[in-house]
Amino acid sequence: MGTKRHFRVWRGDENGGDLQDYQVEVNEGEVVLDIIHRLQATEAPDLACRWNCKAGKCGSCSMEINGMPKLGCMTRMSTFEENETVTVTPLRTFPVVRDLVTDVSFNYEKARETPAFAPPAGVAPGDYRMQQVDVERSQEFRKCIECFLCQNVCHVVRDHEENKQAFSGPRYFIRAAELDMHPLDAKTDRKEYAQSDMGLGFCNITKCCTEVCPEHIKITDNGIIPMKERVVDRRYDPLVWLGSKIFRRGQVPQTSVTSASHSGAVHSSTAKGGLHSHAGGSHDPRAEAQAQSGVNWHREVPRPTVPAVDANGRLPLTELTFDRAAAPSPFGDDVTFPLPPEHLNFAHPEQDKH
Amino acid sequence: MTTTNRIERHHYDVVVIGAGGAGLRAAIEARLAGKKTAIISKSLFGKAHTVMAEGGAAAAMGNVNSRDNWQVHFRDTMRGGKFLNNFRMAELHAKESPQRIWELETYGALFDRTKDGKISQRNFGGHEYPRLAHVGDRTGLELIRTLQQKIVSLQQEDKANLGSYDARIKVFAETTITELLLDGDKVAGAFGYYRESGEFVLFEAPAVVLATGGVGRSYKVTSNSWEYTGDGHALALRAGATLINMEFLQFHPTGMVWPPSVKGILVTESVRGDGGVLKNSEGKRFMFDYVPDVFRKQYADNEAEADRWYKDPDNNRRPPELLPRDEVARAINSEVKAGRGTPAGGVYLDIASRLPADEIRRRLPSMYHQFKELADVDITKEPMEVGPTCHYVMGGVEVDPDSGAAFGSVRGLFAAGEVSGGMHGSNRLGGNSLSDLLVFGKRSGGHAASYLDQLPARPKVSMEALEAAVETALAPLQRDTGENPYHLQQDLQAVMGDLVGIIRREGELADALGRLAELRERVAKVSAAGGRRYNPGWHLALDLRNMLVVSECTAKAALERQESRGGHTREDFPAMDPKWRRVNLVCSLEGDAVRLAHKPLPRMRPELIGLFDRAELGKYLTDEELADFDALVSDADAEEAGN
Ligand SMILES: Cc1cc2nc3c(=O)[nH]c(=O)nc-3n(C[C@H](O)[C@H](O)[C@H](O)COP(=O)(O)OP(=O)(O)OC[C@H]3O[C@@H](n4cnc5c(N)ncnc54)[C@H](O)[C@@H]3O)c2cc1C
Ligand code: SF4
Ligand code: SF4
Ligand code: FES
Repeated sequence: MGTKRHFRVWRGDENGGDLQDYQVEVNEGEVVLDIIHRLQATEAPDLACRWNCKAGKCGSCSMEINGMPKLGCMTRMSTFEENETVTVTPLRTFPVVRDLVTDVSFNYEKARETPAFAPPAGVAPGDYRMQQVDVERSQEFRKCIECFLCQNVCHVVRDHEENKQAFSGPRYFIRAAELDMHPLDAKTDRKEYAQSDMGLGFCNITKCCTEVCPEHIKITDNGIIPMKERVVDRRYDPLVWLGSKIFRRGQVPQTSVTSASHSGAVHSSTAKGGLHSHAGGSHDPRAEAQAQSGVNWHREVPRPTVPAVDANGRLPLTELTFDRAAAPSPFGDDVTFPLPPEHLNFAHPEQDKH
Repeated sequence: MTTTNRIERHHYDVVVIGAGGAGLRAAIEARLAGKKTAIISKSLFGKAHTVMAEGGAAAAMGNVNSRDNWQVHFRDTMRGGKFLNNFRMAELHAKESPQRIWELETYGALFDRTKDGKISQRNFGGHEYPRLAHVGDRTGLELIRTLQQKIVSLQQEDKANLGSYDARIKVFAETTITELLLDGDKVAGAFGYYRESGEFVLFEAPAVVLATGGVGRSYKVTSNSWEYTGDGHALALRAGATLINMEFLQFHPTGMVWPPSVKGILVTESVRGDGGVLKNSEGKRFMFDYVPDVFRKQYADNEAEADRWYKDPDNNRRPPELLPRDEVARAINSEVKAGRGTPAGGVYLDIASRLPADEIRRRLPSMYHQFKELADVDITKEPMEVGPTCHYVMGGVEVDPDSGAAFGSVRGLFAAGEVSGGMHGSNRLGGNSLSDLLVFGKRSGGHAASYLDQLPARPKVSMEALEAAVETALAPLQRDTGENPYHLQQDLQAVMGDLVGIIRREGELADALGRLAELRERVAKVSAAGGRRYNPGWHLALDLRNMLVVSECTAKAALERQESRGGHTREDFPAMDPKWRRVNLVCSLEGDAVRLAHKPLPRMRPELIGLFDRAELGKYLTDEELADFDALVSDADAEEAGN
């Protein structure tokens, strides 16, 4: 029969817990979820873990396996070395309920805040006509199985609990994108809404979400970037944008004036990638690793985005509330000078051309 | 008792147990009727079984072949169910499915399209024309997500008008109902626990809609998830309702057989609908040897004709790979038994040699993905290994066809979806379930709401019943001498799989009943280690008693029905018997014991039976019934002549 393998599984609840060691039998063809089930049937009958379909269709069995957010039912044991310890921990971004089960209600709240499909007026059921090519773009996003791995990996909330209020996360950006691209959706301000109410601006296109998506949805390239682009067209000009905020958040006349007079110029500057220092770094581990090895001449830098605003439409900090007596560093507070040489990276001004 | 005082209580008008297609559609309807509605589900919102359905939803919209209409769909459904269906349910289903599907588009669903922009429809086993609305091979996901999003949109309306998302419809996810509470013969509430905290919760409500799905977890090789423990079936029985057709289980012909850990996971029928063929280890396309007489007229007897059908369905008979599921499952079973199986004990399903690789990836993306990631098989290059897997239970709560109200002694209880019985007769056609969920989900939600309107006073939950429910729920945690629930589940699965499986024999069924009785005693003493917070061992311990009583119903009914029909095959009675077609086996509970009764099937209305030709009816009906039919036809002829 199978061989014994070493597993470390996080056990505990909101009060804390730790990794526990198990020696478990592993047979040919098995996936991590099978091993969790074997543990339940033998040593640890009360080990908590969600699952339903065992076929990557329901998105219940999300967990972190050796630190990587994955579906337990789609992670084959054969992807590990024979003597490798497999460490299984709950999703880090959401509060633990028990063992591998986390409280994912954040996602359901965000789902509830995202405005629903608006049916076209005057089209009776049965009279909807759409071409396959036109529905395909939205269909890609409707493949989402709501495993919330993308939500879990996004650094905007993973590292910053406080952003959870203002930031809906990649799953809901593609929901907005899906509706924006729906041939018959009657609501026309999906992009603006994503920007003003869902916190699209927090996203600096690190693409971590795309990387973990088990459905291989191109969350950033096909969803977030197109959503940003047009918003950027209309809105990217921090000064005018802030001006519009001062009057009233999201007031359309102001923003459309912006787009009318500035869109050309603004667009060309974003197309060149801008000169964006990007202090704080990309959260893409590969980019980080490259950076370690010296200057990276081909590094892609995320597009500039509008400032992150809080629920009141303001920047989260003002000089008055800041804990220091001067303006915060424009490079970010975690950057000290001189910069270490491995942080000196060059972003090619024409990175979009290839 | 102090414990019952601290139990969280909620008041609702309608409580829907189950958040799959049927439950969500019922809840939408109840909320649209102005009722305060709760939706309860064992797993997270949007993860119910419906999410796994692949092939599509059958509805005679006639978008691909304009000859399709509800009469043809009705005929196919009755034929598939071997005429044991409740004809009224089959009729309502065939008539109303198109509207229910179109309605989903107004909720935001995006089905695949035809060239002229309508909803595309695909071929499926047992359906005469391309009829299944689909989205690639993830139709169930589209369906459940759409309904989920519709509920969100209703909540957004309520937030705008009433200030709270939860004002009129609320989802209680990861909450399991263990008991229905009655006031006399009326439903008064539902009792259960939150899985996360282990705390108890009581929903006081005069109307309950059961939409809890099926029972497949009692089998080892199954496409069903841990949720399918027959809770709704058991809740209904204990509340005084009746179950019908419990002997009929559908074994889907094509489940994965390798690797062992994924044994049972479904390979969608669309693989065959799109051209995939079944071969044995000798490379023979064996299905031609298994076309039963009743289907000779519709199914090809040679490869050339079968292959032409994909291009020209009007002038050729269909390939035998598309026979109803029970036929294909039995055929595979026989091939394997005859020693012509694959190394892992299945047969080959080959699409690689039939379609170009790109086309396979486009049409069957999630199958491609599933085999690649789970079995390391590239289905564009190699055949798949497949074998039968327990998939669907045709039997369920006996309901009034129009309203979904449960029969038996209880009032205020409704059922829809897989948990209800009758619609599919002895065998369900693929794709008929998803549309069944919508049609009868809507009906039961609507009728639950109108039941409320004529109810003079709200029934009350009695303290004793509540205390008893608490005690039962806590018992496994308080015992520490009993057996591990996982072992008991394995033993139950072994009994059902080995003795009440695809092919059944009298001796084995009797043996199974004996073993189930033994298991019942062991289950009564099961103990669960650990505490109340998210403890899967405890949850399973509570589900076991439901699995057990439902398994008893299946075994008893299977022993009683001395014929083979649809999802019930008796080796000792291999033929269909017209006399048995007139009988439904009805299960009820008497104290603890399952009681079985014979009940005649309702008689089909003349205009419906008139849709079939006599030659076909001859295969199903008794001589007496045929004589009635002839009289009917000659009356109609006489009338026509008179006009
Ligand atoms: C792999 C697979 C593929 C399929 N493909 C197709 C297809 O292509 N076409 C088709 O028509 N049909 C298909 N089917 C069948 C179809 O998907 C199911 O029959 C159907 O989804 C059942 O829906 P439902 O609403 O009745 O229940 P489900 O969707 O199963 O929902 C049951 C709900 O009840 C809840 N529940 C259960 N017990 C309790 C309890 N005690 N307390 C609280 N809540 C409870 C569960 O949590 C769940 O939310 C397929 C089935 C499977 C397994
Ligand atoms: S691209 Fe990065 S920042 Fe943007 S949503 Fe995805 S993970 Fe978050
Ligand atoms: S987008 Fe992908 S990663 Fe995110 S929830 Fe959906 S399926 Fe999961
Ligand atoms: S169990 Fe459904 S995705 Fe893993």
